[in-house]
Amino acid sequence: MSIDTTRRAESVGEPLDRVDGRLKVTGAATYAAEYPLHDVAHAVLITSSIAKGRVRRIETAAAERVPGILAILTPQNAPRLPGVQAGNTGARGPAARGAASMRVPTILQNDEVHYNGQPIGLIVADTLDHALAAHDVIRVDYAAEHPVLDMDTAPRNPPESVHPLGGARTFRLGDVDAGLGAAEVKVDHTYTTPLENHNPMEVHNTLAAWEGDRLTLYESTQGIFSVRNTVARQFGIAPENVRVIAHFTGGGFGSKGGAWSHETLAAMAAKRVGRPVKLMLTRRQMFGPTGGRPRTVQHVTLGAKRDGTLTAIRHYSTSNTSTLEDWIEPALSQTRMLYASPNIETQYDVVRINVGSPTFMRAPGESTGTFALESAMDELAYALGMDPIQLRLANYAEVDPENNHPWSSKSLRECYRVGAEKFGWGRRNMAPRTMRDGRWLVGYGLATATYPARTAPASTTARLLPDGRAVIVAGTQEIGCGTYTVMSQIAADALGVPPDRVTFELGETTMPETPASTGSVTAASTGSAVYQAANALKQKVVSMGLRPGESYESFIKRSGGQPIEVTISARPGPEQQQYSMHSFGAVFTEVRVDPDLALVRIPRIVTAHAVGKVLNLKTATSQIQGGVIWGIGMALLEETQIDPNNGRYLNADLAEYKVPVNADVGTIDVHFIDEHDPHVNAIGVKGAGEIGITGVAASIANAVYHATGKRVRDLPIRIEKIL
Amino acid sequence: MYPFQFESAASEQDAIALLGANPDARFLAGGTTLVDLMKHDVERPARVVDINQLSLTTVEEIDGGGLRIGAMVRNSDLANHPLVRERYPVLSQALLAGASPQLRNMATTGGNLLQRARCQYFRDVANACNKREPGSGCSALHGINRIHAVLGTSEQCIATHPSDMAVALAALDAIVRVRGAGGERTIPLVDFHLMPHDRPDRETRLEHGELIVSVDVPPLPFAKRSLYIKVRDRASYAFTLASAAVALDVRDGVIRAARIALGGVATKPWRVPDAESALENTSADGAAFGRAAELALSGAVAREHNAFKIELAKRTLIRALTRAAAIA
Ligand SMILES: Cc1cc2nc3c(=O)[nH]c(=O)nc-3n(C[C@H](O)[C@H](O)[C@H](O)COP(=O)(O)OP(=O)(O)OC[C@H]3O[C@@H](n4cnc5c(N)ncnc54)[C@H](O)[C@@H]3O)c2cc1C
Ligand code: SF4
Repeated sequence: MSIDTTRRAESVGEPLDRVDGRLKVTGAATYAAEYPLHDVAHAVLITSSIAKGRVRRIETAAAERVPGILAILTPQNAPRLPGVQAGNTGARGPAARGAASMRVPTILQNDEVHYNGQPIGLIVADTLDHALAAHDVIRVDYAAEHPVLDMDTAPRNPPESVHPLGGARTFRLGDVDAGLGAAEVKVDHTYTTPLENHNPMEVHNTLAAWEGDRLTLYESTQGIFSVRNTVARQFGIAPENVRVIAHFTGGGFGSKGGAWSHETLAAMAAKRVGRPVKLMLTRRQMFGPTGGRPRTVQHVTLGAKRDGTLTAIRHYSTSNTSTLEDWIEPALSQTRMLYASPNIETQYDVVRINVGSPTFMRAPGESTGTFALESAMDELAYALGMDPIQLRLANYAEVDPENNHPWSSKSLRECYRVGAEKFGWGRRNMAPRTMRDGRWLVGYGLATATYPARTAPASTTARLLPDGRAVIVAGTQEIGCGTYTVMSQIAADALGVPPDRVTFELGETTMPETPASTGSVTAASTGSAVYQAANALKQKVVSMGLRPGESYESFIKRSGGQPIEVTISARPGPEQQQYSMHSFGAVFTEVRVDPDLALVRIPRIVTAHAVGKVLNLKTATSQIQGGVIWGIGMALLEETQIDPNNGRYLNADLAEYKVPVNADVGTIDVHFIDEHDPHVNAIGVKGAGEIGITGVAASIANAVYHATGKRVRDLPIRIEKIL
Repeated sequence: MYPFQFESAASEQDAIALLGANPDARFLAGGTTLVDLMKHDVERPARVVDINQLSLTTVEEIDGGGLRIGAMVRNSDLANHPLVRERYPVLSQALLAGASPQLRNMATTGGNLLQRARCQYFRDVANACNKREPGSGCSALHGINRIHAVLGTSEQCIATHPSDMAVALAALDAIVRVRGAGGERTIPLVDFHLMPHDRPDRETRLEHGELIVSVDVPPLPFAKRSLYIKVRDRASYAFTLASAAVALDVRDGVIRAARIALGGVATKPWRVPDAESALENTSADGAAFGRAAELALSGAVAREHNAFKIELAKRTLIRALTRAAAIA
């Protein structure tokens, strides 16, 4: 690998501007609903206005008289999909399981209603106006039942299955009761986090077009292949016959990880009317039909010796799920690996209520789980009278407590040190309510951040064009993280050319397969594949006779003028089984609280994260800042409200579902620890997409406690909780 | 959404006639309330009469130092008008505390007074709501009522009046000038909005077919030292949980006159004359402000989730009075 075709600086790590930035700010980036297909028909969803029961009848006569109406799909007349078992989902059991059959009512395969706002029909018309006008005169007759809405009084169950992200339902290390018995100091509290919804800027939307039995879906998605596979299975066609295209996705945060109902419904409708069909959800329809974070009730018990060493950690989490499927918020993962306690016990339960199915939402598990665990650690620090960083260092896990594996790399000590220094943690008085600035109470808070570093199999094609430019092709997604940019940088370095000589193409299922952009895997997995493909291409050119110092362009010219191409499949190595792989970080927050009006302001947050190699300082910083801002929302503002009587989503718009605005966000000072991880994957990348939100809510809650002496264990920290 | 008729009014007479001719017609000003609610099927006018061509867009001086604000003056223009900033800072501050810059650029003075409840149940037709459908019931009474009112409520409706601007105007004794087929009349702002009682669908004294032409603010020299404090869930772009508009005439540490109105806690912009008179001729100190705050909230009735508003409103008022006294 000694040839250097051109002289240039390394691109990886540099804060390169987004290569697609101009396209986006000029409106030239094409999102799913914007593809100019010929003869597109428009669809609108009919959603339920009861939370539980059956659709007896949808009265469509008046709607059918609206001009331009092409079809109205209802549970009665919708085509039965060959790949879906239309059985009764209410009766749980093995037959009801399996992703494709789970949300059967939402794709009109039966008449059940499981939550208020559930898709129960679809109107297709020549224009959106006509579809909306028809929607206006639709009447639905229900057989309504009394919904189960209160998670605190509904039965708690062991989950039918735990999502692989969550580990086993019950985890036991050592003997927690004995550990608690040996403890000199204990804390024991319940922490709760509310229902939340993702609300990416781009609502979910699909443009579906059939040609014979081949389907093309222009989709707003984080996972083109998972959408392809689900829809192909439902329609009983080969995956190759479903082509999913997503060149740009306007955010997903987990809600676009796979198919919901709108893809299937749009495809069904397109088939029925023999035209392409566009279905764009409304903002209200983003509450329920496309997932959200479930509510969690977490009970944490910590036992420690006077010197701070933990003798036991017990962390139970109960989260709500829908009545369609069991989905648990994997809130206990970090508790099994973060602190070196000889005795650890975690256990999940679910409560089935009549709301939309929950799903992955940025740092699913770790965001809610670290709120509980890191709040409890702060409470323990106060119970011991010990500095919160010292307490964490006293329990620093040198190996992964869950399985005794060594870490592939871990720089958490550095994170605490650098964060504390940049933040000025040393100026903190431990006692609450002792720091002031005029009228404002000042509080400093800290929490640990962590997220698993996952790498999944991925493939990539690398091609040299006759003009010496490279085209790299991988079926991944650009969900706003900077994928186009960092992949270009990785390939550029491997090929030894500047990044503007590389074009990265993504977002089509006809391209080499890569994982969904979820779980912070893309940079690590697809990045490794891009790196290996670009290297393989360079080697191929060298083996074909590239001379040292010769440009690719000159070589191709003298060797026949044809493009040169390689395709590789990268797989994670055996290290995955030998090491525990995680990113870590520390989040330091300063809050100011107006003691009379209970206003919480956050002038600054300092973070220090170790995420392996940082591919692009600018986009990585954006990821952390975005995560931190979301953490501010989680701590202070966000909550999906459900009416306690009819299960209606009450704040299903962006005026009432509150996320931070500019005025809520102070300085976010992001630092990365220089970390070399030789084991995690070929490029040493651990992923930075999700860790940014973890620990933030606890850090803020801990700072609020420090400022006011009030411990808020129930998010969000609203005015009334500290007044 | 449903098909409706759209007309553009060329003159005030035209507007009044176009509206009067159809009992289901609505004026369209900035549209930030009306269009939003039409999209949600809450408002279903058969005819929409656009009044954006009318020349009600000026702020003029009237007798003795007051201002006449045209009904179509945009919230952002009004907030930044030099005479408003100088004479009625409370009004400028209240406007700037509302909504977002984009919304304020569209929103008008007349439309702001007539903006409708932010109650979640009102805004979603899947729920029973007496304001939307008289007699159907009030879902908020036994639902989530954190943002609802504690003053001026009835067992039929507990929605807060959401306007910030109107709270300042209530404190300033503004007069609403309206014109209908039969000519012009004036309605004091404090009487303009109605409490819900048993007809929460009746929100103001405006008759169908009447056009708001202006809001007149009488002279109030001490309003130079007035202010608006708004408490909300986030630092910007959120409706008020509790707010106070105050103007104090303080001389030698003694309050000669006070104007107080509360927002976010009542079913209409809530002027509190008792609290005002309690402050008159007392010294401007914390004890007096505390008494005024107790009086201002004395009739408050809490529901399941909004009890905190009573304490919050008191503290907000005390803060506003303390600040006003400091600038006085
Ligand atoms: C997301 C959001 C956040 C907001 N936040 C705030 C906030 O924090 N504080 C706040 O105070 N407000 C807030 N608002 C409300 C906003 O101030 C009002 O929507 C706005 O002032 C209405 O004015 P408009 O001109 O757009 O009215 P329109 O929507 O055009 O009209 C409203 C009503 O008034 C009638 N009307 C309008 N002009 C006249 C007239 N001259 N004569 C007779 N009838 C008339 C219309 O027929 C209609 O019924 C918010 C609104 C939104 C959408
Ligand atoms: S409070 Fe008023 S607006 Fe809200 S549901 Fe009750 S009646 Fe309707």
